[in-house]
Amino acid sequence: MSDITIFELAAFVIVLAAVPVLYRVVAGPNIFNRIMGVNVLGTKTVVILILVGYIYGRPDIFLDIAIVYALINFTAVLAFLRYVETGRLDK
Amino acid sequence: MVIDIKTVVTAVFLAIGCFLFIVASIGVMRFPDFYTRLHAAGKVDTMGQTFILLGLLFYSGFSLVGIKLVIIMAFIYIINPTATHFLTKAAYVRGLKPWVRGDRFEPYIEVEAAGDGGQPTRPRKPAGRLKR
Repeated sequence: MSDITIFELAAFVIVLAAVPVLYRVVAGPNIFNRIMGVNVLGTKTVVILILVGYIYGRPDIFLDIAIVYALINFTAVLAFLRYVETGRLDK
Repeated sequence: MVIDIKTVVTAVFLAIGCFLFIVASIGVMRFPDFYTRLHAAGKVDTMGQTFILLGLLFYSGFSLVGIKLVIIMAFIYIINPTATHFLTKAAYVRGLKPWVRGDRFEPYIEVEAAGDGGQPTRPRKPAGRLKR
């Protein structure tokens, strides 16, 4: 117990909190529920990446990875929603 | 292990953030409808990451790491409501009906089963209103 830091505990709790969202992604009734679940999982992934950086003692490089992951997640969600909404990507 | 005030304040902020993340997950799993699930997905999740990153900002102090944490916080503050707005707009344009009191299950339309190259199941709204 004495070896567990608060960052490891917080990362473990967030991983446990990702399980119901994963259920919604797998069993969601339509495509919009799945995209919403993937968006929520992306936010949780960014926070877990930052916490992993603090666990390893090198938060600077993991913060760069987290910034890149947040932007890629946002772009992917917007592109996929544009495809679902209009059926094409070029306008 | 030395318990100092910095660790205690960080632990309190992380606990609040983890609580909000758990609340967001339960809301995404248990709400009856897509539009109500977006409340949990859009707002509570943003507040959870805000509290966790505030705790880490208090832990690391004002340095390059703190500036990067503020940048990520600002990014997610812009990104999450924009994605929620775009999800709502896409679902509304494709004709997903909201849940009303008395419905047992979510009103289900087959978006995937249209199968004719992405044509909406209902006629779209006039393009002047919804066009960005």
